[in-house]
Amino acid sequence: MIQQIRPAIVTIVLMTVLTGLVYPLGMTGIAQVLFPSQANGSLIRQGTTVVGSALIGQNFTAAKYFHGRPSATSDTDPKDPTKTVDAPYNAANSGGSNLGPTSQALVDRVKADAAALAAENPGRSIPVDLVTTSASGIDPDISPAAALFQVPRVAKARGLAEDRVRQLVEAHIIGRLAGLIGEPHVNVLQLNLDLDALRTGS
Amino acid sequence: MTINGWMQIAFFCVLLVLLTKPVGGYMTRVFEGERTLLTPVLRPLERGFYRLGGVDETREQHWIAYAVAMLTFSFAGFVVLYALQRLQTVLPFNPQQVPPVSPDLAFNTSVSFITNTNWQSYVPETTMSYLVEMAGLTVHNFLSAATGIALAIALIRGFSRRSSHSIGNFWVDMTRCTLYILLPVSIVVGLVFVWQGVPQNLAAYTDVTTLEGARQVIAQGPVASQEAIKMFGTNGGGFFNANSAHPFENPNALTNLIQMLLIFSLGAGLTNVFGRMVGNQRQGWAIFAAMFALFLIGTVVTYAAEAQPNPAFASLHFDPAGGNMEGKEVRFGIANSALFTTVTTDASCGAVNTMHDSLMPLGGMVPMVNIMLGEIVFGGVGSGLYGMLLFVIVAMFVAGLMVGRTPEYLGKKLEAKEVKMAMLGILILPLSILGFTALAVVLPVGTGALNNAGPHGFSEALYAYVSATGNNGSAFAGLSANAPFWNDTLGMAMFVGRFLTIVPMLAIAGSLARKKIVPASAGTFPTDGALFVGLVIGVILITGGLTFLPSLALGPIVEHLAMQAGTLFNTGS
Repeated sequence: MIQQIRPAIVTIVLMTVLTGLVYPLGMTGIAQVLFPSQANGSLIRQGTTVVGSALIGQNFTAAKYFHGRPSATSDTDPKDPTKTVDAPYNAANSGGSNLGPTSQALVDRVKADAAALAAENPGRSIPVDLVTTSASGIDPDISPAAALFQVPRVAKARGLAEDRVRQLVEAHIIGRLAGLIGEPHVNVLQLNLDLDALRTGS
Repeated sequence: MTINGWMQIAFFCVLLVLLTKPVGGYMTRVFEGERTLLTPVLRPLERGFYRLGGVDETREQHWIAYAVAMLTFSFAGFVVLYALQRLQTVLPFNPQQVPPVSPDLAFNTSVSFITNTNWQSYVPETTMSYLVEMAGLTVHNFLSAATGIALAIALIRGFSRRSSHSIGNFWVDMTRCTLYILLPVSIVVGLVFVWQGVPQNLAAYTDVTTLEGARQVIAQGPVASQEAIKMFGTNGGGFFNANSAHPFENPNALTNLIQMLLIFSLGAGLTNVFGRMVGNQRQGWAIFAAMFALFLIGTVVTYAAEAQPNPAFASLHFDPAGGNMEGKEVRFGIANSALFTTVTTDASCGAVNTMHDSLMPLGGMVPMVNIMLGEIVFGGVGSGLYGMLLFVIVAMFVAGLMVGRTPEYLGKKLEAKEVKMAMLGILILPLSILGFTALAVVLPVGTGALNNAGPHGFSEALYAYVSATGNNGSAFAGLSANAPFWNDTLGMAMFVGRFLTIVPMLAIAGSLARKKIVPASAGTFPTDGALFVGLVIGVILITGGLTFLPSLALGPIVEHLAMQAGTLFNTGS
């Protein structure tokens, strides 16, 4: 017993220095040199303002923008720190709804969202990712079907031809890696940035 | 289910099989003390560790000394980690100025990370400083993994040695594992992760003005360095609350594939190490085959369950190909989410790219069953193999009973002591899981923390103790587990699940090492064929089924039936 105490203490201290300080700090140094953009969160700037991260979804609500998926993230209630309030796309407190498939709350929420979407684009089948919350609450992507579903609304709000907007969506579809891995998706923030550029550029 | 989905799963399987032999070969060299490519660089460092620690690397340990060394080391790690969390406000690298961690949470988290569980009762973004993440949590991602692998190697030596009183030196095994295996791979993979978009910085959180003019605060940090070892060491503790579903932890399909392979690579490699060290690689492949069969069953069930739309939405006319997307990410879709869920619970990883709480009832049952069976499917690094070998001992005992012979495995006679110890190691899990769950669902302090009502609520509590006892760390995360009752009982469950399995296992290792090797005869049961694989799988499923079926009937099974009947449950009323 006694003779194991010295190696235990020495090893934990040395390992803490090696794997807890040298390794992460060294990695930080290398990463900042080799991949500065990614290492700092793939931030997107317009002039000097940071308008978002290419990897983090935003809470789009205006008709003229494509919307992301519903988000179940929350934040501390500013009035009462023991409570939480809904705060969609809170990128400092990620998480999902954690509602199970037999939850009344889940079914009520999905039905309400589906009714709103059906009113916006009657007669079209609703892509399921547009009415389900993501695992992270900050999913940056929607399915191609979910983007195409929103084309009429966005085109109308911007006074653009639907074909024009649809072409833009199709140009933003990111396919599977090597045609095999992952699922096709559209990055909502990138799409909306290019949509804004389209208006100012034309 | 789509053809592409099955092809992605098949592709993963092919890569896994291809990885097993080279990983096993390299690991064997490391633990046999042979020269490797990295020896010129790492050997001086390794010797420095031994010199300062007063370790004589040529001196091997009896199993009791090996166990004491492991326990002392784990305790030292616990103390340091607890202190770091309590003192984080006065220590550097705390740009968000998060307050000290509460005593019960710090206890829970410390046990969680030294036991390779990485259960997280807390929201990392708002609870832990960068220093705790690096010098506390990342460190134990390495050390708890290295400890698990060292223990598996010690057990393998029990089988491979003859008439020996020692099973290796814990300090040497643990140090070599960290330096030669875990650290180099983490550096390479970590940089690949950064290249793919995982952040690695020490900056404060970024304040963003969104396109619509709202304010968004984006959490940052040294993520990639932790992410690599989190997966490779089957730790699973996320830098962020959403874990590997967070786009900063797992930005795309490529990183997702790498993460799944990392989870299985060491566990699969260890089956090959086993084969090499006992002198017949076919023995390793037999173990691999038993694991692989159980993995395939789990994957098929989960994928089939999650590819179905929730019947409660039938009236809404969604495209049924969409499947159950609640709690999933678009870039991964159904197939990769189902695969990841199975992989992370076959191994004792516990990282998630999907919210398990929102899985379909049968989809959520698979991870639960995987952990209940002891995470012996490739398993936690080390713990998977030694857990599997406990079942092999029981299977050989059953086979021996059937033919009326003293059971043997790899030339070692399995006698009363080994079988008793194996049963002890196996039975301790249900005692903790079922005992604590029963307590939680009768006490108001337990039921008050559930996020879902009805059978799904029961599943949340059951999953928590399954995950903690199995040292997995994934969760039905709706559970509000950051309360003294849950933190303390889950902490105890993690402790029991780790150390009360390890000690009997090391006793077996010590006892086996002392035995002679009996030459195989015509009456020896061949342990590298299909009959053996089938027998082991049968013993695992029967043991697990008899133990846990009643609890599963109360949770996911009744929920599945309720869902089919259209019953919904109201929360919070």
